[in-house]
Amino acid sequence: MKLSREEVQHIALLARLGVDESDLEKFSVQLSNILENFDILQQVDTTDVPPTSHPVALSNVLREDEVTPSFAPADILANAPQEEEGCFRVRAVLE
Amino acid sequence: MDYDLTIHEVHELLKSRKISSIELTQAVLDRIEEVEGKVSSFVTITRDLALDQAHQADERIKAGECLPLTGIPVLIKDNMCTRGTRTTCSSKMLENFVPPYDAKVVEKLNDRGMVMLGKSNMDEFAMGSSNENSAFYPTHNPWDLERVPGGSSGGCAAAVVSGEAVYALGSDTGGSIRQPAGFCSVVGFKPTYGRVSRYGLVAFASSLDQIGPLTRDVTDSALVLNAIAGHDPRDSTSVDQPVPDYTKSLVPDLKGTRVGVPREYFVEGMERGVEQVVRQAIDQLEELGAEVNWEISLPSTPAALACYYIVAPSEAMANLARYDGVKYGFSARDAESMWDAMEKTRQHGFGPEVKRRIMLGTYALSAGYYEAYYLKAQKVRTLITREFAEAFSKCDVLVTPTSPTVPFRIGERVDDPLQMYLADVCTLPINIAGIPGISVPAGFVDGLPVGMQILGKPFAEETLFRAAFAYEQATEWRHRRPVLNGA
Repeated sequence: MKLSREEVQHIALLARLGVDESDLEKFSVQLSNILENFDILQQVDTTDVPPTSHPVALSNVLREDEVTPSFAPADILANAPQEEEGCFRVRAVLE
Repeated sequence: MDYDLTIHEVHELLKSRKISSIELTQAVLDRIEEVEGKVSSFVTITRDLALDQAHQADERIKAGECLPLTGIPVLIKDNMCTRGTRTTCSSKMLENFVPPYDAKVVEKLNDRGMVMLGKSNMDEFAMGSSNENSAFYPTHNPWDLERVPGGSSGGCAAAVVSGEAVYALGSDTGGSIRQPAGFCSVVGFKPTYGRVSRYGLVAFASSLDQIGPLTRDVTDSALVLNAIAGHDPRDSTSVDQPVPDYTKSLVPDLKGTRVGVPREYFVEGMERGVEQVVRQAIDQLEELGAEVNWEISLPSTPAALACYYIVAPSEAMANLARYDGVKYGFSARDAESMWDAMEKTRQHGFGPEVKRRIMLGTYALSAGYYEAYYLKAQKVRTLITREFAEAFSKCDVLVTPTSPTVPFRIGERVDDPLQMYLADVCTLPINIAGIPGISVPAGFVDGLPVGMQILGKPFAEETLFRAAFAYEQATEWRHRRPVLNGA
């Protein structure tokens, strides 16, 4: 599987990852090389094999819906890059 | 004062009041001062906190309460949240992040009178096998400073073997405890998935991540697991099973133990010296009374690397979507719009390997490729898990090399991601199956350490400890230390 520069650019956009022009080529070569090696997966016969998403077979883990203490807003906001009136300040979503 | 003792040795000295925790902590801090310039195991050294906690531990010991870990200096990998002490994941993204809470394992160690020396250097977001992916500086292997200590818990392994910490807590997603333990000649233990709470561990790949100890011997490993294992309602994947006293399984013989050697782990790419050392170690297990079966087969092993590098990046891309520059972490300022800000934040906050994995995961999960990659990898995961279960119907433990090579040179693999991934080829199938694994020092090739990996079925930690302990007691590798004089 070869990944073109354009495909790398598209994946980066999906992941909201800015990539330098100069890095596109490098990532395209490296990711293609990795994916080529992963063709081995297609050689494994998985007919009638169910997928595993998790090593522990847990179904829903439930708990009582009880009120418990939470973090103080000031503690959470202490790491905020930009804060205003006890809220996270964000850029305009609508332009 | 000796900075180079084990937990159980130090504990006896503390309990009998032959030394104080302050004296011990000061000795370790002095050692850090002496060798850190060469090794670079730490991202943050919490000197004042350590001395303060040592003082509190001494008060506790005076009051007659000296638990096995009380007053003993520990290094915590920098992807476990520590309230009030920055937790960076060796990433520019979290360089100034100070968690408002403690990880469950940190809470547990605190309850037992922990003395925290600091936070360890690591591969950024635990993605790497050499510590070269740290955004700050690489860690050096104390046995040869030109070589890597392994990764991603490379700072932990390097610190424990060079006397900069009595023990360390690391995390293991595809070998990140065991592989550096093997490269540095310490004991590294990855528990069964669900044995230790992941609450407060910065998530990399949630179905693979597990916390465990790096220690100077197997007894210490059992002591630390005693302290950190157990169910935690705040990690819904932690398993509610009783925690035995793991030190009870430390018996120095292997009579009746069935040891299997999976032949797929001794194949191409393995260095001859490593193979010889591990084969000798297996012969030693036989001398200790084990029945060795050299004919075990895990046929899907060759596909495990690809399976892992689809599953782990897919989970990582979802977990790392949270770094958007809004709530915490690095935030790009010079942007024109919300999307632009987010893209620039992630462009400048993440290093190259993290970006590669985010893109790999995004690709594997994207429309048109999901079935060929992610779903296929999940099915291969089922096969790998089944094959381990089948093998464990014939033997109690499996034994393999921890890594196919001795520690490689710094810079040797950084430009070839696939070569770097191969460093974990013996360890990552274990995370895929969720089973426990331990790496114990098994010898040296030209002065460079080799680890032997011992595997068991889910929650068979005691069987692993017994095999590892019997082997360790019959050898002298644990007493060897690298020469690291003065800075």
